[in-house]
Amino acid sequence: MSQLDLARLQFAMTSVYHFLFVPVTIGLGFLTALLQTGWHRTGRAELLQLTRFFGTLLVINIAVGVVTGLVQEFQFGMDWSEYSRTVGDVFGAPLAMEGLAAFFLESTFLGLWLFGWDRLPPRVHLATIWAVALGGALSAAFIMAANSWMQHPVGYTIDQSTGRPQLNDVWKLFTNPVFLRGYLHVILASVVTGAAVMLAVSAWQLRKGTSPLAFHATAKLALVVLVPTILVAMLVGSELGVTEGKYQPMKIAGAEAQWDTCQPCSFSLFQVGGGKDDMTPTKVIAIPHLLSLLATNHWNGQVLGLNTVQAQYEQQYGPGSYVPNIFIQYWSMRVMAYLALVVTLVGLWGLWLLWRKRLSSSRWFLRVAVWTAVLPFLMNTAGWLLTENGRQPWIVQGIQLTRNGVSPSVSTTTVAISILVFFLLYAVLAVVEVVLITRYARKELSPPPAEDAPVPALSY
Amino acid sequence: MALATFWFIVIAVLWTGFFVLEGFDLGVGMLHTVVARDEAGRRAAINTIGPLWDGNEVWLIVAAAAMFAAFPDWYATMFSGFYLALILLLVGLIVRGVSFEFRGKVDGVRWRRTWDVLLTGGSLLVPLLIGIALGDLLHGVPIDQDHEFTGDFGDLFSGYSVFAGITLVLLCLLHGAAFIALKTTGRVRERASLLARRIAPLTVLAVLAFLPWTHSTAGRGALPDILELVAMLAVLAAAWLLHGRHEGWAFVATTVTIATTVLSVFVDLYPRLMVSSTDPAYNLTVQNSASGNYALKVMSVVAIVFFPLVLAYQGWTYHVFRLRISAEQFAPSATRSEG
Ligand code: HDD
Ligand code: HEM
Ligand code: HEM
Repeated sequence: MSQLDLARLQFAMTSVYHFLFVPVTIGLGFLTALLQTGWHRTGRAELLQLTRFFGTLLVINIAVGVVTGLVQEFQFGMDWSEYSRTVGDVFGAPLAMEGLAAFFLESTFLGLWLFGWDRLPPRVHLATIWAVALGGALSAAFIMAANSWMQHPVGYTIDQSTGRPQLNDVWKLFTNPVFLRGYLHVILASVVTGAAVMLAVSAWQLRKGTSPLAFHATAKLALVVLVPTILVAMLVGSELGVTEGKYQPMKIAGAEAQWDTCQPCSFSLFQVGGGKDDMTPTKVIAIPHLLSLLATNHWNGQVLGLNTVQAQYEQQYGPGSYVPNIFIQYWSMRVMAYLALVVTLVGLWGLWLLWRKRLSSSRWFLRVAVWTAVLPFLMNTAGWLLTENGRQPWIVQGIQLTRNGVSPSVSTTTVAISILVFFLLYAVLAVVEVVLITRYARKELSPPPAEDAPVPALSY
Repeated sequence: MALATFWFIVIAVLWTGFFVLEGFDLGVGMLHTVVARDEAGRRAAINTIGPLWDGNEVWLIVAAAAMFAAFPDWYATMFSGFYLALILLLVGLIVRGVSFEFRGKVDGVRWRRTWDVLLTGGSLLVPLLIGIALGDLLHGVPIDQDHEFTGDFGDLFSGYSVFAGITLVLLCLLHGAAFIALKTTGRVRERASLLARRIAPLTVLAVLAFLPWTHSTAGRGALPDILELVAMLAVLAAAWLLHGRHEGWAFVATTVTIATTVLSVFVDLYPRLMVSSTDPAYNLTVQNSASGNYALKVMSVVAIVFFPLVLAYQGWTYHVFRLRISAEQFAPSATRSEG
C-alpha cells in the first residue's frame, strides 16, 4: 500500500471511531438534560437517580470521544499537509470557531455539572447540563460546516498568486445547502443513536426487574423520542440525497450503481455486480420510478449515469477517473436505509406495547431492544462512508484531488507506524470502554440521597 | 499585515494560557502518586483538577486550530514535520485523558495502579514533547523553499529543544505542586508543599539557564529582555515564597514564571514562525504564511466575541471550585466517594 492508501485508511479508521462516540454524546446528552429537567420540575426522586445513572454512562462515553477528537484535529496537518496548506484559509476558520465557541463550552460545563451537584443552586446546575448539550450540538455545527465545504465549496475565490482558495464570504459557509440539510441529518441521527442506547439499557434493566418503574420511564422517553426522530431523519436524509445529487452527481449515481443516464429510473433493492467491470448488474428486485422519486423528487426525474458524469468531468478537469468505489457507495446507502427501517419497526413495536401497557412484560421486545442499539452505529458508519467515499477522488470537490492532498515529507513507513499505534491503542480503548459501559449500564440505581442532604458530586 | 501579527499574538497567548492552566494539571498528573501514598490522598489530589482539566486542555485544541486557520503553512509544515513526535504526544494525551475517568470506575488495586502509571507517564510526555516542539520552532529544523520539512526524527532533538522540554516539565512540576499545596488540606498539603520546595531549586536553575539560551538562540545576544527578566525574578520569588509557606503567592509566582517563560519564546520567535536551519530565506514568517485578510478579519470578530465569554465562564468555574479538598472526603466511609 502506498502512503496515500495508508493515510486514507488511517483517516477512515480514526473518523469512524470518533463518530462512534460523538452521536452518543450529542443524543444522550440531550436526553440526560431532559431527565434532569423532569426531576427539577417534579422533584421525583427516581428521575434524579436516572439522571445520575445515564449521566455516568454519558461521561464514560465522552472520555473517549474527547481524546479521539484530538487525533482528528492533528491528522489534517500530519497526514494531509498539502491539503491543509491549500485550504487552511477557508477550512481552518470553522475549526477554530468550533474550539472557541463549542469545545470550551462543552468541557467547562461538563466539569461544572459533574462536580457541581453539591456546589451550585439546582437551577444553575440544571443549566450546566443544557450547556453541555448545547456545546455538543454546536461543535457538530462547525465541523459539519467545514465538511460540507469539502463536499460543495462555496464562499471563496481562488487567489491568483498562490492558486489557493481564499474565504470571501463566511456567511455562505453556514448557509451552504449541503450543510443545512447535512447538519440536521447528523443531529437527528445522533438523537436516534442516543435514544436507542437509552432504550437498550432500560430494556436490559426491565428484564432484570430491579427498579422497574424508573426504567419503564426511560424506556418510554426513549421510544417517544426515537420514533418521530428517525422518521424525520429519513425524510431529511432523502432530501439530502437530492441536494447531493445536484452538487455531487457522481456520489448519488454511485450509490445506485447507475452507469447509464436513465429516465425514469427504477430503484434496485438488491443487486449482484455493478462495479467498474460489470456495468450491467443483475437487479434482483427493482422498483420502477422509485429512484427518480428519491433522487429528484419527481416521478419521471432524470438521474445522470456515472458514464455521463465521467465524460463531463473529463472535459472539465482533464483525463482521469472520477468514479468512486461503487461497491461501497451502493451498499453503504442500503445499509443505512434498510437498518433505518428495522429500527423504525422496533420503535413502533415498542410504542404499540407501551400503548397496550405491556412494555415491561414483553420478554421478546426487551431482548430485541437491547440488540437494536447496535444498529445506529452501523448506520452512522455507513452514512459517513457514503459521504466521504462518494467524494473520491476529490478531497475537496472540484478543487483538490485526494492524492494531491497528502504530506510530501511523510514516508509510507511513518504512516504505517502511526496506523499500528492508533489501531492498538483504539482497540484497547474500545475493550475498556465496552467493559465499563456495560458494567455501569447493569448496575442498580444508586439510592436517592436523604431528604435534606445535598446531592453528592460525581467525583473521580 | 497588522492582522497577521494580531493572530501571532493570539496564538502565543493561547499556548501561554495552555501552559498556565494545563500546566498545573500536568504537574498534578505527574505528582499524584508522590504527594499521597494512600488511595484517599491520591483521589484528593486528582479531584483538585477534576472539574478543570478538560476545559484547560481545550486551550491546546484552540491553539492548534488557530495555527491552522491563521497560518496554514505553519500548521502544515510543523504537524507533518514533527509527525512521529506528535504521535507520541497524542498517545500521551489520550492515555492521560481517559485515565481520569477510568481509574476510579473499577475497584481494584491493579486497575488503579495501571491508570496511575498511565496518568503519570502521559502527563510527563505532554509538556516534554510540546516543549521540544516549541524549542524546535526557534532553534530551526531543515525546511526547504517550498516550506516542506526535509529532516528526520533525529533533527527534532537539538540540545536547545530538549532543554526546552525539560524546562517545561520542571515548570509544570513546580506549578502542579504549588497548586496541590494550595488546594488541599492535611497530609497531602504537607507533602505537596515539601515537594514544591524540593523541586524549586532545580526549576530555578533550569529557567535561569533556559532564558538566556533562548535569547541567544534567537540571535539576539545573551542579555535578557524585560519579559525574560520578569520570568527569572518570578521563579526566584516562587522558590522564596514556597520556602516561607505563602501558598497563594507562591502559586501566583509560578503562574507568572510559566506565562512569561512561554511568552518569551514567542517574542524571540517573532516575526518568524518556524526557523529553517537549511537557509534563513526559507523561514516561515508571519508575512509569508498568513491566511487572507478576510479570513483573519472574520476570525478576529469571532475571537473578540467569544474569548471574553470563555474567560468569564472558566473564571467562574475556578470560583465555584475554590474550596480546599481533603483526603478525608475520599476515605472509604465517606458518602462522596461514588462514581
Ligand atoms: C441513525 C442514523 C441515520 C439514519 C436513520 C439515516 N441516516 Fe443518512 N446519514 C447518517 C445517519 C443516518 C449520518 C451518519 O449522520 C450521515 C453521514 C454524513 C451526514 O451528513 O450524515 C448520513 C448521510 C447521508 C447521506 C449522504 C450525505 C452527503 O453525502 O453529504 C444521504 C444521501 C443520506 N444519509 C440519506 C439517508 C436516507 C435516504 C435515509 C433514510 C432511509 C437515511 N439517510 C437515514
Ligand atoms: C465532519 C468532519 C470530517 C471531515 C472534515 C473529514 C475529512 C476527511 C478527509 C480530509 C479525508 C481524507 C481524504 C480522503 O480520503 O478524502 C477523509 C476521508 C474519510 N473520511 Fe472523513 N471527514 C469528516 C468526518 C468523517 C466521519 C465522521 C467519518 C466516519 C464516521 C468519516 C469517514 C471517512 C472515510 C471512510 C474516509 C476515507 C474515504 C476514502 O478514502 O475512500 N469522515 N475525510
Ligand atoms: C474530522 C473532523 C473532526 C475533528 C477535527 C474533530 C475534532 C474534535 C476534537 C479536538 C474534540 C475534543 C474536544 C474537547 O476536548 O472537548 C472533539 C470532540 C467532539 N467532536 Fe469531533 N472532530 C471531528 C469530527 C466530528 C464530527 C463529524 C462531529 C459531529 C457531527 C463531531 C462532534 C464532536 C463532539 C460532539 C465532540 C464532544 C466530545 C465527544 O465526542 O464525546 N466531531 N472533536
